[in-house]
Amino acid sequence: MAQIRLKAIRHSYVDRPGSDQDFALKRVDLTFEDGGAYALLGPSGCGKTTLLNIISGLVAPTEGEVLFGGKAINDLPPDARNIAQVFQFPVVYDTMTVYDNLAFPLRNRGIAAGEIDRRVRETASMLGLEEVLSRRARGLAADNKQKISLARGLVRSDVNVIMFDEPLTVIDPHLKWRLRSQLKQLHQRYNFTMIYVTHDQTEALTFADRIVVMHDGDVVQVGDSESLFERPGHTFVGHFIGSPGMNLFPCRVDNGAVFVEGQRVLLDAPPPAMVSGRTELGVRPEFVRFDPAGIKVEIRHVADVGRYRIVDAVLGPHSFKIYCAEGVEIPSGEARVSFDPRLAAVFVDGWRTGGEAP
Amino acid sequence: MTVELENVNLRRDGVDFLVDVSLKVEAGGFNILLGPTLSGKTTLLRMMAGLERPDSGRLLENGADVTSVAVQKRNVAMVYQQFINYPSMSVYDNIASPLKVARVSRADARKRVTEVAELLRLGPMLRRRPSELSGGQQQRVALARALVKGAPLVLLDEPLANLDYKLREELRSELPRLFSDAGSTVVYATAEPLEALMLGGATATLHEGRITQFGATHDVYRDPVDLVTARTFSDPPLNVAGVVKRGAEFVMDDTVTWPVGDTHAAMNDGEYRLGFRPHHLALGPGGNHAVSLEGVVAIAEISGSETYVHLDVGRHQWVGQAHGVHRLDVGQALRVSVDPARFMFFSTDGRRIDPRAGRTWHRSD
Repeated sequence: MAQIRLKAIRHSYVDRPGSDQDFALKRVDLTFEDGGAYALLGPSGCGKTTLLNIISGLVAPTEGEVLFGGKAINDLPPDARNIAQVFQFPVVYDTMTVYDNLAFPLRNRGIAAGEIDRRVRETASMLGLEEVLSRRARGLAADNKQKISLARGLVRSDVNVIMFDEPLTVIDPHLKWRLRSQLKQLHQRYNFTMIYVTHDQTEALTFADRIVVMHDGDVVQVGDSESLFERPGHTFVGHFIGSPGMNLFPCRVDNGAVFVEGQRVLLDAPPPAMVSGRTELGVRPEFVRFDPAGIKVEIRHVADVGRYRIVDAVLGPHSFKIYCAEGVEIPSGEARVSFDPRLAAVFVDGWRTGGEAP
Repeated sequence: MTVELENVNLRRDGVDFLVDVSLKVEAGGFNILLGPTLSGKTTLLRMMAGLERPDSGRLLENGADVTSVAVQKRNVAMVYQQFINYPSMSVYDNIASPLKVARVSRADARKRVTEVAELLRLGPMLRRRPSELSGGQQQRVALARALVKGAPLVLLDEPLANLDYKLREELRSELPRLFSDAGSTVVYATAEPLEALMLGGATATLHEGRITQFGATHDVYRDPVDLVTARTFSDPPLNVAGVVKRGAEFVMDDTVTWPVGDTHAAMNDGEYRLGFRPHHLALGPGGNHAVSLEGVVAIAEISGSETYVHLDVGRHQWVGQAHGVHRLDVGQALRVSVDPARFMFFSTDGRRIDPRAGRTWHRSD
């Protein structure tokens, strides 16, 4: 496997792009380290699939360089890039046995039968497919079929990176859990470089060590799941990650002191004394607590989701949500809440301020 | 309208699609069909729409037998997972099309289309063609058409499955209200337990063409009548183990024992299956009354707010869902515990044992 680097990549699907609006990717500089597990996360239209296609060679970037192991490979065609790719729908020959499905790409390359047998068995054991090698692919469950399409990529010995494009979308919830944890185990055991593209935060956050959050052709934040959840760098990350997303209240900042609807909110990492722009206080539903000494709010509605409840409340004219675990008592009507001072933050024009807590 | 299926069976090419299905949904209710792929959800919806005729059994609308009434004569709106719109018509004309068929006056149509477009935030897009919209917007057009039709029965087949996660979250919270304001009876198919819980209403769980339970969504979730229902309605998957009751003790895997509490004192000695939900598996030894177990971490997944621990405990592969971030190494030994009050017991053939009194669910048979 190899390190993959994207250097000053811009891409437009328009003939003569002018303004930033013409670019599906505005400017991307990213390094995927050898052996890392990455996710590209964002809504449809954010540019993540374009980025994936640039790495695989299906799309040539308008500007910038793609480097594999330090070497620019912009001119290399897709089949010469040695990438194993898994798509939303499994790519499997239904009438062939699992063994033949795996052997097929090797036979096509004229590899000797003994070597093929060794590679097929080795790959099957990596993915736990040994028991079904002699079965026809047709009768297998969706997660096993997805494993076959993955195995067909991995069976070649020269793979640079494994790329997954929404691989779990068509898989039932129970199988999803199984397959996802197996992919993660595969990564931890063999240290393949993996890039996983999805709009599903749970898949991205649980699978990857580093998550690249994309929005409107830009990379807005790169980090692990904990930092994206606890310290979103942008209101978009706060909204897109977490379910429900982060609450936002317009706020006034006066010499580092923060006020929402005229009430002081204490933060461990206050914003700088001088700020200009649109200021908002961001706090996740998980970081709001009922607190007799807190700010007065009104409870409007409680939604029971089984394991926890989501409370709809209003603070002045602003509606927001509170996460309540099983067993937490929820007052009705008027209540008082406080925000976790370690994890709430002020955002100016969308970007987080306050840096690290002292 | 009320919709009722009476002992409906459907078999095609030697495969049972629906087996003795009886179900009665109330007028104006939001009803969910929950089950994995091929459990019979789509077939059931198609039957309610009049697109499939049962081999035996009856379909009643407001008490009247409509088993053999053709689909054209039924006033039903249906939305599929893969959105369908008229590509050559504008978004406005797409939404207005059922009103045109129903010969609603132009002024009335304009008013209703504008209203519905506003609700689904399609207002600025009315002049565009569907192909110029994102997938989420196109599905909203399909939903708007179903809504504007004002059909007494609306059938939705995994309508959010192809949409982005965040958009799904928004529509989930809005859909029940949109359709209940319109007074429609809704039947909504999904494979996702969490989606069912967020939508609320009533849920029928399906397994291999049978309805295993029907009742208020949260009651079915909290009080499943059998192991199949408990499993269908659990995400992450339900943790399951075999257990033996021997006098005053429960014994699991011959090694783990705990005392039989008052709630389970009436159970006969013998073999059972027990199940519990992943968020009831606590990391650490737990309190005095907790059942404490030693496991080995297979993998830990951290979502930022929660940690999912895949754990090998004896012969069992379990999942624990813990609040917060817990960094755990693969292969690490881990002590976990469960409050025995969280255990659900099932007979070896999967029927729930000792359900609490005053239950609100009822079996569909």
